[in-house]
Amino acid sequence: MYVIVIGGGKVGYFLARELMQEMHEVLVIELDSVKCERIAEELGDIVLRGDGCEATTAELAGFGRADMVIAVTGDDEDNLVSCQLAKTKFSVPRTVARLNNPKNEKIFRLLGIDTTVSATAAILAQIEQELPTHQMIPLLKLKAGLELVGVKIPPDAKVIGKELKDLLLPHGTLLVLTVAKDGATRVPTGDSTLQPEDEVVAVTRPENEEALRLALTEP
Amino acid sequence: MKVVIMGCGRVGSTLAAMLSEDGHDVTVLDKTADAFRRLPADWQGKRHVGNGIDQDVLARIGVGDADAFIAVTQGDNRNVMATQAAKHIFGVKRTLCRIYDPIREEMYKELGLETISPTIAGANLLKDLLDNPPAPVSAESAGSDA
Repeated sequence: MYVIVIGGGKVGYFLARELMQEMHEVLVIELDSVKCERIAEELGDIVLRGDGCEATTAELAGFGRADMVIAVTGDDEDNLVSCQLAKTKFSVPRTVARLNNPKNEKIFRLLGIDTTVSATAAILAQIEQELPTHQMIPLLKLKAGLELVGVKIPPDAKVIGKELKDLLLPHGTLLVLTVAKDGATRVPTGDSTLQPEDEVVAVTRPENEEALRLALTEP
Repeated sequence: MKVVIMGCGRVGSTLAAMLSEDGHDVTVLDKTADAFRRLPADWQGKRHVGNGIDQDVLARIGVGDADAFIAVTQGDNRNVMATQAAKHIFGVKRTLCRIYDPIREEMYKELGLETISPTIAGANLLKDLLDNPPAPVSAESAGSDA
C-alpha cells in the first residue's frame, strides 16, 4: 500500500517507522526542515518538505495514487484540510485524521473523513478502565457507529438472577460476553442469568450507552 | 441580519463597522482581546474572545441563531474549519470564508462555502492597474481651457 503521512512529529515518525516495517510504501510530508532531516537520517529518503494542505505539494507527493492519507499534525484544522483535499481533489480511498480536540469528531465525520483517532479520548478511556467507580467503560469503537463497552454488574442490581431474554435492553444492543468474578468467561444466551460483579461486554450505539448502563446497573 | 465575524484584523474590523453602520446585529470573535482595538471607538456590537474552531465557543456566542458567518482570520485552514462547522453543525444559511490559497478556495467553493480569495482579486486589481494606467493629472490638462 502507498501511505502518505502528513506531519513528521512524534506521532508521524513512529507511524512511518511502523508502516515501513510492515513493508508499505511510505511518504511523510513535513514543513519543518529540522524534523525532515531527522526523519531522513533515521528512516531514509521517505520525507517531502512541504505543506500537506497545499494542492501542489499533494500533487508532487502523489496523492493521486495513494491508498491512504493519514494526517497527524498537532492542529486539527490542518488535519481536516489535508484529508478533505485528499478526498475531494484526489479521491484517496481512505483518509485518517488525528484529533487533538476530541470534540471535533462530529464535524470530521460530517465532512467525510473516514476515520478519526483521538489520543486524548484514548488516554481518558484507558484511565476510566482503572477507575473502580465507573460502571461502564468504552472499550473499542467499531464500524458504522457501533461501540464495544464493558459494564460491571453491581451487587444490588435488579437484573441479577433474571434471564437475559426477559431484560429490556436498548434497541440494537447485543451482550456478547460475560466475565464472572473468578474470570470464567461465557457467551450469554437468552436463558443465561447475571451474577453480582459479572462484567458484561456489549455492542451498542453511543446514544444508547446510558440506557444500557441503567438497564444493567439500576438497583 | 445577525452576522458573526471571526477574526478582528483589518478586514474583519472594517467589515464589522460597515455592517453595523448598515444596521445589522454584528458579533465579532477573536482569539485575543487586543484585536478589538481596531473596532470603532463607539462600537455598539458584541465582541467575544475565543477560538472559532472550538464548537463550544461557536455555540456560546450564538452562531446557531446567526443568519451569516464570515471567517476572516489569517489562517486559511482555521477559516475553512470554522465556516464548515457554522454551516454543517449550526445550520447557518450564509457562510462566507476568506481563503488566501486560490486552489484551496476553489475546492471549498465546490464544497458549498461562499469563498473569496484576496490573492486572485488583488493580483487582478494590480494587473488591471498596470494594463490601464490612470490618465496623468498634469498641470497642462488641469489648467487647459480648450
